[in-house]
Amino acid sequence: MRSAREPAVLDDIDRRIVNALQGGFPLVPRPYAAVAERLGLAEDELLARLDTLTASGVLSRFGPMFDAERFGGAVSLAAMAVPVDRFDAVAAVLDAMPEIAHNYERRHPLNMWFVIATETRAGIGAAQRVIEAKTGLKVLLFPKIREYFVGMRVEA
Amino acid sequence: MTVTSLDALDRAIVAATQSGLPLTPTPYADVAAAVGCDEAEVITRLGRMLEAGVVRRIGAVPNHYRLGLSHNGMTVWDVDDAEVDRLGALIGALDFVTHCYRRPRALPDWPYNLFAMVHGRSRDEVEAKRAEIADLLGPAIRAADILYSTRILKKTGLRITG
Repeated sequence: MRSAREPAVLDDIDRRIVNALQGGFPLVPRPYAAVAERLGLAEDELLARLDTLTASGVLSRFGPMFDAERFGGAVSLAAMAVPVDRFDAVAAVLDAMPEIAHNYERRHPLNMWFVIATETRAGIGAAQRVIEAKTGLKVLLFPKIREYFVGMRVEA
Repeated sequence: MTVTSLDALDRAIVAATQSGLPLTPTPYADVAAAVGCDEAEVITRLGRMLEAGVVRRIGAVPNHYRLGLSHNGMTVWDVDDAEVDRLGALIGALDFVTHCYRRPRALPDWPYNLFAMVHGRSRDEVEAKRAEIADLLGPAIRAADILYSTRILKKTGLRITG
């Protein structure tokens, strides 16, 4: 993705689109036309702008967000304390595993935080054991016990 | 967590839309053509999955960095287990908190049981939001920390096979 960490230049119409469309996209035959009308835009202008916003990476996607756990799958946050001189090599191990959805370096003794997502509950523990075997490091699991909020209400 | 049973057509619709809806005037008709059913069926099934929570929402998924929200801090708090649900609901209701969860502690390395993610255009903005959370939690805080992300090492969407 092109300069994925650089702020994009958005005009007022882009901002209104991003702010208005973070949920509630209508389930009707001409949904973009319905949204465009609400925003005072033409359907083809809304489509063209959504195309630009997704192509430039301002939106990572436009569409349904699925909850993997409702499919019988499992998701867990996990963390490791990785020695600095092995950091890139350990990151490469996780990068090669399709079960790892996200991985972030964070400033803390537990300096690698990642999300394990698998098709079955047993898959989480299996992935944990694979990582531990490959790296010799302890993987702490932080599965959610309760969700108080998850969503996006980002102001563009 | 309730697992919702999905049939083959539901799964085909999921597989066809998980990377995005077509940016065409009739996206549901286009998905229907791709999976071999009619438009009304796609609309009905997506509506049902939305109601069941299989679909969390339909819309735009913004990239924080491209919106200038380049600082992200995972704020973590140790509060009494007897209070965590009440406090979590309070923090989750703040409009700047994008994720809020109760998670297990991992003693002795990790004493925190409440996680709330905040984003900002600067470190100061993130710190101000963290201070607002701390004010709300008040004397319930037994320990707290914030973990700033310094690098994205991997970011892929979740993949569900059809």
